[in-house]
Order: sequence, then C-alpha cells, then structure tokens
Amino acid sequence: MSLRITFSTAARILRQLRHDRRTVALLIVVPAALLTLLFYMYENAGPTFDRIALVMLGIFPFVIMFLVTSIAMLRERTTGTLERLLTTPLGKLDLLFGYGLAFGLAAAVQAAVAVGAAYWLLGLDTVGSAGLVVLIAVVNAVLGVALGLFCSAFARTEFQAVQFLPVVVVPQLLLCGLFVPRGQMAGWLQAVSDAFPLSYAVDALAQVGMHADPTTTMWRDLAIVTGAAIVALVLAAATLRRRTG
Amino acid sequence: MTSAIEVRDLVVERGRRRVLHGISCTVPAGSVTGLLGPSGSGKTTLIRAIVGVQIVRSGTVTVLGQPAGAAALRHTVGYVTQAPSVYADLSVRENARYFASLHGLSAADAEQAIADVGLSSASGQLVGNLSGGQRSRASLACAMIGKPRLLVLDEPTVGQDPVLRADLWGKFHTLAAEGTTLLVSSHVMDEAGRCDRLLLIREGQLIGDDSPAAIRATAGTEDLEEAFLRLIRDREGVEAR
Repeated sequence: MSLRITFSTAARILRQLRHDRRTVALLIVVPAALLTLLFYMYENAGPTFDRIALVMLGIFPFVIMFLVTSIAMLRERTTGTLERLLTTPLGKLDLLFGYGLAFGLAAAVQAAVAVGAAYWLLGLDTVGSAGLVVLIAVVNAVLGVALGLFCSAFARTEFQAVQFLPVVVVPQLLLCGLFVPRGQMAGWLQAVSDAFPLSYAVDALAQVGMHADPTTTMWRDLAIVTGAAIVALVLAAATLRRRTG
Repeated sequence: MTSAIEVRDLVVERGRRRVLHGISCTVPAGSVTGLLGPSGSGKTTLIRAIVGVQIVRSGTVTVLGQPAGAAALRHTVGYVTQAPSVYADLSVRENARYFASLHGLSAADAEQAIADVGLSSASGQLVGNLSGGQRSRASLACAMIGKPRLLVLDEPTVGQDPVLRADLWGKFHTLAAEGTTLLVSSHVMDEAGRCDRLLLIREGQLIGDDSPAAIRATAGTEDLEEAFLRLIRDREGVEAR
C-alpha cells in the first residue's frame, strides 16, 4: 500500500464526482429535503421527530454511499479501468481506501448540511452535540462505501448491483431498532440485529440523543462500526483478482 | 538480440473452450512486433497472458526476465486494452495525471504523453465527449507516460484517421529506437508491413513468426494479406494429408 497512490486515487474519484454536478446536488440536497418531509409528518408529535430524525441522519449516508459506491466500482470493472489499474503499481487497498476516503469526505459535506438543516432549520433537539452526529454519520458512510465495494464484486450488471440494496441494506434498516426497539424483538431477531453493524450506529446516535457527553457505549459502538467497515474493505480487496479467466 | 517476451507452450482456456493451443514465441527487445490475426483468433487472450491478467492453463510467459504479472513488472509494462480504459467523466489531462501519479511521475510527464498522441488541443475535454479515435488515443497516452520498457497495445489504431495512424506508427518506432519494446495487435493487414517482426495467429495457433520480408519470401508474394492466406492454406494442406 502507498499513501501517495491512495490519496491520488481519492483525488481522482472526487474529480469524477465534481464533473457530475447533478450527483453532487443530489448528494447534498436529498437528505436535508427528506428530513424536512419528516418534520412535517411529525409536526405535532413532539419528541418523535427528534428520535427518528436523529436515526435518519445516520441512515441516509449509509444507504446513499452504499448505492453510489457499488455503481462506481461496477463501472471500474465493466469499463476495463480496474483491469488496467491492477497492471500498475496501484495496490488493491490503495484503490479501496481511496474510495473510502473520497466518499467519506463527500459524506462529511453531506452530513454537515443535513445536520445543519436538522438542528437550525427544523429544530432538532438532542442532549449531545451535533458534531458527534456528523462524526457518526461519516463513519456510517464509510461503512456503506465498504459494503458497496464488497457487494459490487458479486454483480455483473447495474441491475444486479442495485438489487443488493434490498438484500444488504434493508434488513439492517428493519432490525436496527428504528421500527421496533431491539429489546422488544424475539431472541433470534435480536441475535441477527446484533450481527448487523448498522444496529451499533443507531445505538451510538441514541446515546448522543440522551447524554450530554460522549459515553463509553457510544465510543464502543463507533469502534464496532469502524471495525466492520475495515473488515468489509479487506474482504472487498480479496474479491479483486489481478488474474481472471 | 535479447528477448523482451518469451512464451512457451501457452495453453489458455476460457470457460470450456480452448482459446490458445500451446503457443510458443519470442518478442525481441527494442522492436515493434505486430500481433496479427482475425477477430476471435486469440490475440487479446495472448496479450492478457503477457500482461499477466489472464489465468493460464499451462505453459509459461516470461516478460523482461520475470514471470508475467510479477509485481516488479507493474512499474515497467504499459498496457492498453482494446476498449479505451480511461475515465469518461474526467478530462484527458486529469486521466493522464492520475495514471502518471500511480507511477510517481509528474504532471509534465502526463502533458508530454498527451502531446505524443496528438491530443494537446483536447486535453481539457472530458473523455466522454471525445470521438472514438480520440478516446483510444487518450487511453494510449495513459500507458505511454514515463516511457515503460514494454508497451503492450491491443488494437490501438482502430478508428484513427490515416494521417494520425501514420504518426502513431512513427511514434512507436521512435520509442523502439529509444529501447522500448512494443507489441501491437491489429486485425488490419495493411499495418503488418509497418512492424519489424510479425506474429500471425489464427484460431489460437501461431502460424507465422518472422520479419515481414521473410514472411513475404516464404509465401512467395509481396502482399502480406495474400501471404497470410497462403500460410493458412499450406498449413491446412499439411493437416489434410
């Protein structure tokens, strides 16, 4: 692995993004717009908005970055740039961490806008600080990137790639505690939920919602999500083959 | 003369189909070698084996003294795939600079390569907005950055206008004179005469490995297309007997 190559790869991916203004606009505007929708849905429901909006601030970057990355990586495979890159001094992890870094930065901008809109325009109220929410959102985005890179190895077409959203992302959404508190689920569902990294991300956000200072539980949750992202990146590296049939 | 590439008894299967049937050949260093053959003859598979991205069934491929695909070769071998493998959503310059950075080379090296393929005037344009011929030249530029010791080019001149094609072949010979080895595939016979040496391949078998002059002499005709045909007929005649 080479830091120079990792950084120049991240810069290249950000340049590609910059040429695609519509994608940039969608990345920045959509989460804030959806939060506004939530705000009006729960206009008279008091703290419900606070609870759901907080969780959503963590879920949006995860889902969006998963989708964007799995398509971006699939394009590297289908246009031949991946095969070419693997004949250069670039290491597999340079490419994968380059993606993590680039989309992680994009997610930071996205999260800053969404969190800013939530707190200052929509009156989101949490006991903990908004900065921690941004941090958790970025880590979640990197998790989405890592899983997207890994899953794209199993898709040959864009049609297949988008199908991994319901397979990989939706079960994590259903069991993360947003719809039914995890403590009230059947034992086996809780076990499944425990195995999903998104559950820890949502728990970390709940900690920020309830406590003024970052708690040990929150840091532990965040460490688990980070660890899951790194494991997914390493697994994704294992799916990159320099030699193919 | 030392050889840049040595292929011994190379057998490649893709799926259940045998694509290369025990090919052996050498490519001399510092020359322009043409890999000629019709579409589907196994040219791309042979090229992929040489750059080390093809899983091979048996046989060996040695490139610049190392097994094909060795990590050290990634610094010294430039590879251009048949379909232009550059980023359509980046400009020519951004593409070239990215590939330069992978080799630790500068933006000036990138500009030089863009100029070498005659794309300087389009260097600010997005690759996706270029014509097919310009796109493949952009892809070529990205492989030429920093003058690799071996350049493997899969059909680099398809869709280029005749003047540019002549320029590119001129460029290939300049590089060869400076010590770079070039292996250039083509399915167009009129390019064969521009090579120092020819490998003729058909249905996964090597049917000719010589200089254009020697191939003309063996086949007894000045026309390389005709010579190729005669080589095939001779071979089939031998097999029929």
